[in-house]
Amino acid sequence: MGNREIVVLMGTCGKSAGADRVYDKFASALKAKSIAGVELKQSGCAGLCYSEVNVRTFRDGKEYLYAQITEDDVEKFIDSEIIENKTYMEKILFEADPVDDTALFPKQKRIVLRNCGKITPTSVDDYIAKDGYKAILKALTMPPEKVVQEIKDSGLRGRGGAGFPTGLKWELTRKNPAPEGRYFICNADEGDPGAFMDRSVLEGDPHSVIEGMLIGAYAIGANHGYIYVRAEYPLAVKHCLKAIEDAKARGFLGENIMGSGFSFDLKTKEGAGAFVCGEETALIASIEGKRGMPSLRPPYPAEKGVFGKSTVINNVETLANIPWIILNGGSKYSETGYEKSRGTKVFALAGKIKKGGLVEVPMGTTLREVIYDIGGGMAEPEYKFKAVQLGGPSGGCIPERLLDLPVDYESLVKTGAIMGSGGMVIMDERSCMVDLARYFLNFTQNESCGKCTFCRLGTKRMLEILERICKGQGTMDDLTLLQEIAKKCSTSSLCALGGSAPNPVLTTLKYFYDEYVEHIVNKRCPAKYCKKLLTYTINDKCIGCTACARKCPVKAISGEKKTRHFIDQQKCIKCGACVATCKFNAIDTE
Amino acid sequence: MHQTLPALYQSFGKRHDSLIPILQGIQNKLKYIPKEAISIIANELSMYESDIYGVITFYTQFRLSPVGQHIIKVCKGTACHVGGAETVGEAVSEMLQISKNETSRGNKFTLEYVACLGCCSLAPVMMIDDKVYAHLTKEKIKKILEEY
Repeated sequence: MGNREIVVLMGTCGKSAGADRVYDKFASALKAKSIAGVELKQSGCAGLCYSEVNVRTFRDGKEYLYAQITEDDVEKFIDSEIIENKTYMEKILFEADPVDDTALFPKQKRIVLRNCGKITPTSVDDYIAKDGYKAILKALTMPPEKVVQEIKDSGLRGRGGAGFPTGLKWELTRKNPAPEGRYFICNADEGDPGAFMDRSVLEGDPHSVIEGMLIGAYAIGANHGYIYVRAEYPLAVKHCLKAIEDAKARGFLGENIMGSGFSFDLKTKEGAGAFVCGEETALIASIEGKRGMPSLRPPYPAEKGVFGKSTVINNVETLANIPWIILNGGSKYSETGYEKSRGTKVFALAGKIKKGGLVEVPMGTTLREVIYDIGGGMAEPEYKFKAVQLGGPSGGCIPERLLDLPVDYESLVKTGAIMGSGGMVIMDERSCMVDLARYFLNFTQNESCGKCTFCRLGTKRMLEILERICKGQGTMDDLTLLQEIAKKCSTSSLCALGGSAPNPVLTTLKYFYDEYVEHIVNKRCPAKYCKKLLTYTINDKCIGCTACARKCPVKAISGEKKTRHFIDQQKCIKCGACVATCKFNAIDTE
Repeated sequence: MHQTLPALYQSFGKRHDSLIPILQGIQNKLKYIPKEAISIIANELSMYESDIYGVITFYTQFRLSPVGQHIIKVCKGTACHVGGAETVGEAVSEMLQISKNETSRGNKFTLEYVACLGCCSLAPVMMIDDKVYAHLTKEKIKKILEEY
């Protein structure tokens, strides 16, 4: 028995699926069986969130990836894999060539996620073994202009959502005289509900982000930097702090890095839970210790950023690409992609999809390929696909007939949605589009900082209209009014929060107009989601257990014990308490 | 608080941009920011109390009143919404007899809603203190709450 490795994938998602318990069980079981020569390791999330807890091991030059491992599997796993050198057939997901992961991730190309789930995120040696910190050493031997040119050649654009060319951003910043020095900031305030790629990268491969920042800082001549990370991601914060400490100890951060004369000092700042702080001017205000209110641009951060100094702000995923580009060349990176969008994009698949998790695909892959070929299609195929929501609260809903669109910045903007940060939420026919628009407006209304009138009040009024429609109190005039407010809100707001807040409303109106009309004219919710528009009746599955009658807050349900009950439609307030209580599926909704 | 503050000044310095980390430090320790902390910090950082209050009320993370031993954060992200987050919130409320931002009897749990916990593939989810619970159902929630 040679030296074997057992790797438990322990991102936040893995841990919530029970990875901690599995890891502890492995540790105690290996000890109990007094097996030596097996190294038990922890890693980040490989993006296979649907099959967590994942465990990896290597045998005879092959990699074996296991899915849905529980504590009960641990003993059997050790017996089979370690003692008998055989695959543990019950839970095997893939066997693959460890160098080439195309079998494991068909149709994907992993650049950003290259190390996620493969290395121990808290070990700088693991990162170095995967060519880590080679790119900064290479960059330090190049003139800064050449580094910027390399990024320009790659065609890399901001992955935070807006898609501004990264190399151009760096070049413009360099052109601004900065006698007082510059700042380089990583925006890890991933606030879009439905997006979790930045979390996984920071948890699973924090050094790649730090290295990307180092290269950027060297290219623009910045000596100070911050990682602005969400406080809701405790594990990401922990791994960032550890990575900064280790990078300092190895001389990759701090004074006179590797004897080059270039110094860079890096700190973390925890966001305090404001979505608007993902907007760069608001983020700057927050770092300075103020309320996170956006300010008018120009001046752009390149000119006047943190503490009034020239600043570059790049997103986590953008930065994770940088070391790869420097090592492999900008032209190599730009070989992948579609029209004006080069390279890859990480998407977070969630909602009613079979294989939820993170996928990284070349730009230009179609939505259909991402959802069906990679994501495995609908989680419950008996319910039809209805829409995919892209780009969070600033994005939109795309219907089935547009699924053959290639994913790139320009194509998505044409639909009314945006690429955004890459959250993809898949919905089936049980989701109501009017309710979804209401949900997003509720979110943007809560998160609006209140500086601009049309964002502060416009989102409120739109929300009220949508709430009315969901209750069956809407009128057709409301739809005209919605469109009018939406237009004013997007043209009269200072930052992208207000500018894009109407997108979920406008796209649902554009592609699911009929659903709005059903709610307004026929007082029906086709998805059977809006409670106030449902009629509740009791069918003959009722055994007369009286549970619903006791639960009904308005005593609208009557009937003798052990006989079928009835709902008085006059009294019913459509709260749905009876449905939640009934154990016999005896209550129909229509 | 009086023991905590000097250490925080030591770590972050008495600068305006240290305000948020200092407030986070106090809240990590006490789970909320006591009113008297505002005037003490205002003095130390030479700021107006109103400005500090403005920062505290702007960010959802900060609380001005004490909370229970455990903080439950029900995720209201898109995937959780599609996966039935509303039921999760209702179930917790019903079991503990509290609404959003209230503390249960015996000071055990405080219920909060958050925009997204970033565990969208495991929706619907909630977090108790620093631990995330996934694929929630009514029965599961009941079991989880009984663990505490």
